Amino acid sequence: MFDLTGKNALITGASGGIGGAVAAALHAAGATMTLSGTREAPLQELAASLGERAHVVTANLGDPAAVEALPKKAAEAMGSVDILVNNAGITRDNLFMRMSDEEWAQVLDVNLTSSFRLARGVLRGMMKARWGRIVSITSVVGTTGNPGQGNYAAAKAGLVGMSKSLAYEVASRGITVNCVAPGFIETAMTDKLNDDQKGRILTQIPAGRMGHADEIAAAVLYLASPEAAYVTGATLHVNGGMAMV
Amino acid sequence: MSDIADRVKKIVVEHLGVEEDKVTETASFIDDLGADSLDTVELVMAFEEEFGIEIPDDAAETIQTFGDAVKFIDQATAA
Repeated sequence: MFDLTGKNALITGASGGIGGAVAAALHAAGATMTLSGTREAPLQELAASLGERAHVVTANLGDPAAVEALPKKAAEAMGSVDILVNNAGITRDNLFMRMSDEEWAQVLDVNLTSSFRLARGVLRGMMKARWGRIVSITSVVGTTGNPGQGNYAAAKAGLVGMSKSLAYEVASRGITVNCVAPGFIETAMTDKLNDDQKGRILTQIPAGRMGHADEIAAAVLYLASPEAAYVTGATLHVNGGMAMV
Repeated sequence: MSDIADRVKKIVVEHLGVEEDKVTETASFIDDLGADSLDTVELVMAFEEEFGIEIPDDAAETIQTFGDAVKFIDQATAA
């Protein structure tokens, strides 16, 4: 089950906690990986730990030209891109009334617009191959909203609408387009919370704990696998019951 | 029939699964040959690869029939 031998996968934000776990899971299932992110050193480190079948292509997803070039470079390195994981995300939290145009635009550019451009860039190859998987990492806050994250929640909800629309268009070509929506996961991003904040969050989670990056990776691996061919336009919520939607 | 027309016809027949004699000069990909909008995008992609040319989106929109395609590719490859 969930064998990705012979498949080539591109993941953005691979140097992050969730990204690294997803990359490792797809690689362990047999996929060849292109790891992308902004910082080369941690990507090279991850590639070295994976061993064979791991390539590194750095890209700043806020730069449209770099985003356009990324799928091409990944295809050059691997031969094709069969699986795209839109994982990269940034936050620029602020109260709505204080949020600047720049904070809004940066988050939308990196979290939403780059995913659109990357998906467009990999579609030609997937259409020809009559097989493809596009998985975007969204967030529970895209569904529930979150104070201070108007920009982030908008981008994540936008990914869901984008994925569903694209899923309609390419379903007949063997390409599926899905989302995985993590709740609170133990990563560098959530490490910054103090005990008080964490305690309050935990009261909202029926499972009584934060999630692990591996638990997100397992969801992505499933959606990327041949076995998930009949699942498209879906969002798989992995949040310990925090939001049952 | 020109070499270009033969090659275009072959792509259309293979991609849309239609009889060769249905692919006439004025045959519309969508109205006569059963293509959907995604098929027309794929046809343009296939033409680009077969002939090593770039077909910009605004030009692709003008290619509605088999004759349109042959005419466009004739000009694009002659240049």
